[in-house]
Amino acid sequence: MSAAIEVANLRREFRVRSGLLAPQRHVIAVDDVTFSVPAGGVLGIVGESGCGKSTLARLILGLLAPTSGTALVEGKRLFELDRKERARLIQPVFQDPFASLNPRRKVKDIVALPLDAQGTFSAAEIDRRVAQILERVGLSAEMGERMPAQLSGGQRQRAAIARALVLEPRIVICDEPTSALDVSVQAQILNLLADLRRDLGLTYIFISHNLAVVEHVASEVAVMYLGRIVERNETDALFREPRHPYTQALLASVLTPEPGRGVPDVGLGDAMPDPANIPPGCRFHPRCRIAVERCRVEPPLPMARGAEGMVECHLA
Amino acid sequence: MSALLDIEDLEVTFGRTAAVRGASLRVETGETHCLVGESGCGKSVTALAVMNLLARGGHRSAKRMSFAGTDLLSLPDRAMARIRGNRMSMIFQEPMTSLNPAFTVGSQMAEVLTRHKGASRAEALERSVELMGRVGITAPEMRLGQFPHQLSGGLRQRVMIAMALMCDPQLLVADEPTTALDVTVQAQILRLLASLKREFGLSILLITHDLGIVARVADRVSVMYAGEVVERAPTAQLFSAPQRPYTRGLLSCVPAPGKVRRDRPLGSIPGTVPTIPPGFAGCAFRSRCAHAIAICEHEIPRRPAGAAHDYLCRLMPRELAEPQPA
Repeated sequence: MSAAIEVANLRREFRVRSGLLAPQRHVIAVDDVTFSVPAGGVLGIVGESGCGKSTLARLILGLLAPTSGTALVEGKRLFELDRKERARLIQPVFQDPFASLNPRRKVKDIVALPLDAQGTFSAAEIDRRVAQILERVGLSAEMGERMPAQLSGGQRQRAAIARALVLEPRIVICDEPTSALDVSVQAQILNLLADLRRDLGLTYIFISHNLAVVEHVASEVAVMYLGRIVERNETDALFREPRHPYTQALLASVLTPEPGRGVPDVGLGDAMPDPANIPPGCRFHPRCRIAVERCRVEPPLPMARGAEGMVECHLA
Repeated sequence: MSALLDIEDLEVTFGRTAAVRGASLRVETGETHCLVGESGCGKSVTALAVMNLLARGGHRSAKRMSFAGTDLLSLPDRAMARIRGNRMSMIFQEPMTSLNPAFTVGSQMAEVLTRHKGASRAEALERSVELMGRVGITAPEMRLGQFPHQLSGGLRQRVMIAMALMCDPQLLVADEPTTALDVTVQAQILRLLASLKREFGLSILLITHDLGIVARVADRVSVMYAGEVVERAPTAQLFSAPQRPYTRGLLSCVPAPGKVRRDRPLGSIPGTVPTIPPGFAGCAFRSRCAHAIAICEHEIPRRPAGAAHDYLCRLMPRELAEPQPA
């Protein structure tokens, strides 16, 4: 299978001050991230807040410049493309459809904007494509005449998906696309995304903190912790046999709708990860319940697991 | 068991909009009662009506609303203020917005006790340290002098919980207490609430949209839809034999880990929660329901479906043994 996107050694640092006179600190938000997604695949990226998953999305979208690293899309070097070219390859769907749509434009104009920005489409062509994609995501022509405030959350997310797909990109980055929606609407949007991927041959990078959702949509899952991918595997293998203690804790903390099972003890302790203060050795060791002396001093290297998988842990 | 909080036929209106329409709810002493529903179904408004904290323009009425034998409807505001935060306290979804950013954690916590119990500041701070330890905050003395922005989200929510427990309440109303938190922290906070319930004999009214949380922590569940309590049942019964088409649909929308079929679509409910115009009659779910017929536009009965289980629908109870739709 050919890769739709190949990311290698991607890294992004931020310099932050916590106060006017406080010393400057380095935050490594994304640290040496490497992965590839086959055409038509869905890579799920999971992790807690602050693990760098949204920074990774912004790097790939070109909204942030990487400190170092490369990304190839269909053989083209993504970070060297101009904006218009990149927009034809890769498009985002963000979490909050209330914040990501311009409240002063009609839905059909919002959806038309990526075509407008290219500057190569006639007005008639734009109208035709907008009408087509609105229908495809389940919005009536009448909805297109409305303002975003007149739509429900689910309808707004459909509009955001229409805007992402109107240029017929190869890759869609979904950053928590259903987190702001109710469960019944979430299921509608997930089903729509699945249909669109199948019918249009899209490739998704699907970022979510909801592991149940990721298991449902992803063909492969990467687990991020403090900027690094600490485990990656084909979805069924990862959920069946998580290797990294952090992945195990994440899976254990999913509350499935099974009455009587109680709330599990995930055993992560109270130490919250701080990206400005990454522990030496294995970055997970302060929260790890099986850590040994070696974990405190020696950072683990990625080790292959199965045909596709990898894990960064001395003990896995 | 006796009802600690007993609400019958609660109506809340904001101008011409009916937010809660005849909701009845009983929270028994020592139980965790979950109020579950989608956004806009009236679950938070119900809690705010109980606390008498409705936003300006909100009006509540009910046949009965009693808390530990006290009639809350006829209670003057000042008497209610003495109960609130004292015998009945509330925690909210986003702890950052419910803590005052300009005051230290210690002074905000201590105020609860000095205000309600007339305790001295030293006593109040001592109690704050004790409770922070109980809710799993490490180095509580140091935290007292910190401001909310210096704490992580999980720590802030623990501070909120500790603050809510300052006066030994009988009832804790928790409105989406873990929605803003990571799953790992969510599990820790829910475990904490469960242990506090055992330890303090606390009753908890937990408001959530997350059926996973409901399944794991609730003793009994009330499902709300469009301002009505549409199904009430003990937790195990609700999940094994949901009656109302809405409840059944809601349960099918949740992806179940380990039982995933990626080749099959998730169950979903078409459409969205409707806004209810004044004078609306009949079943509010009928526009989204596959079983809707003409009589659903009229009064619909509340039907019993076993012990302590009832629901609002024209359909008769289904066989309890019937397998769930995949």
